Amino acid sequence: MFAFTYHRPDTVTAAVDLLRAHEEAKPLAGGQTLIATLKQRLAAPSDLVDLSGLPALRAITLADGRLIIGAIARHADVEASPTVRESLPALAALAGLIGDPAVRNRGTLGGSIANNDPSADYPAACLALAATIVTDRREIAAADFFTGLFETALEPDEIVVQVSFPLGGEGAYEKFRNPASRYAMAGVFVWRGDASLGETGVRVAVTGAGQGGVFRWSEAEAALAGAFNPAALESLGLPADEMIADIHGGGAYRAHLVREMARRAVARLMAAAA
Amino acid sequence: MQPNAFDDASFPYSPARALSLTVNGSAVSVTADVRTLLVQLLRDDLRLTGTHVGCDTSQCGACTVHVDGEAVKACAVLAVQAEGCAVLTIEGVATGEKLHPMQEAFREHHGLQCGFCTPGMILSAMDMVRRHGPVLDETTVRAELEGNICRCTGYHNIVTAIVAGARAMGAAPAHGVD
Ligand SMILES: Cc1cc2nc3c(=O)[nH]c(=O)nc-3n(C[C@H](O)[C@H](O)[C@H](O)COP(=O)(O)OP(=O)(O)OC[C@H]3O[C@@H](n4cnc5c(N)ncnc54)[C@H](O)[C@@H]3O)c2cc1C
Ligand code: FES
Ligand code: FES
Repeated sequence: MFAFTYHRPDTVTAAVDLLRAHEEAKPLAGGQTLIATLKQRLAAPSDLVDLSGLPALRAITLADGRLIIGAIARHADVEASPTVRESLPALAALAGLIGDPAVRNRGTLGGSIANNDPSADYPAACLALAATIVTDRREIAAADFFTGLFETALEPDEIVVQVSFPLGGEGAYEKFRNPASRYAMAGVFVWRGDASLGETGVRVAVTGAGQGGVFRWSEAEAALAGAFNPAALESLGLPADEMIADIHGGGAYRAHLVREMARRAVARLMAAAA
Repeated sequence: MQPNAFDDASFPYSPARALSLTVNGSAVSVTADVRTLLVQLLRDDLRLTGTHVGCDTSQCGACTVHVDGEAVKACAVLAVQAEGCAVLTIEGVATGEKLHPMQEAFREHHGLQCGFCTPGMILSAMDMVRRHGPVLDETTVRAELEGNICRCTGYHNIVTAIVAGARAMGAAPAHGVD
């Protein structure tokens, strides 16, 4: 690990001031990605700004038809929160599929989306649920937030404060886990609007598979808007050469996994509705 | 403090920092390089070598300890992040000579062979009881053990031990110094 200076500010303003004052400073949330990166000397921040002194950022609340989750809410908090389990059960279930229990006791929502690992789970939920990412200075639609592999719209001195998920409709997430790392080989979040309210939309977001990171699968969305059942996906295929190919699986295999996870998520939503 | 075991000496040390926390019920104040991992503080500075390092890459769970009652991988936490917290290691789990019910269950059900993974297994098992209560089924225990690797036992006896240990924890008065 390279040398750094450690700070634990107790207001968001103080945290942002520290990030501004030190060009190479980085926020530290759960550390479940960042500390490993520091140990491998893949990052050399001059300063670490620990967000754990901002307990208000751990709150989970409902307001104006939205579920609002603080950036330092841990995966275990989201998994166990009665508020999330009742208002957005698919998100609680997704949180419970991240890593292992000790990782979930530390890792945070804000850290996961700020990192934007192409195999991370939360980015798929944010895209499919059309979440809004609230930072210390602005609101960013999820569609504009995830800009590429490990890339986001965040400025270097910008902190995610909370993520706001609109409620309404139903979601389901299906993940094929890499059995060693537990990250997604393919993860698909399907959201379906509430037809009784005149919402006919379907959103399908895919993680773990795309070379450019998380993406919306528009062909699947169109097919499902026409006929919401697993068979509607039968004839669809993603281009294998746009999928991640690594020692765990080739592009054609990943493309197949994505369709299969999408089919399962649709079947789950249909079973829940029946 | 002594040189940081995970580093070579060619990089300058970060400023040393005074830090205070509670370890196994005792107040501890040390001055450490800010880069010190919690597992290094426990093993190298405090000589609590029951917390093991199997991988140093957050996979194996041998370094699992509790911070404020929650299981964490001590190789993936900086010691400064535990400032002001209560840390529990395997050394603090028993009450004097009397084993904690979870330790006793591992002994009774042969839940260990070489014992390398066992401290992490026990601390993770106690965290399962915190979150799920004392009645655990085998499926839950197996899913919960994802972050704890054992190279000896094949897990079967570990699962049996945790199911039994959890029930014993439910029946016994509170143990340990979490
Ligand atoms: C063994 C293991 C298995 C895992 N499995 C999975 C998995 O299956 N699925 C999955 O999705 N993830 C997985 N992860 C990653 C885990 O979810 C991490 O917790 C997460 O990616 C990063 O969150 P963190 O809070 O730990 O962030 P940190 O590691 O503290 O930070 C990560 C990055 O985000 C930045 N950052 C953190 N918080 C903020 C903020 N509020 N605003 C701006 N920038 C911020 C940091 O500066 C850093 O660059 C796994 C990790 C491990 C160790
Ligand atoms: S040594 Fe920490 S998880 Fe393996
Ligand atoms: S008993 Fe040897 S590693 Fe588990």
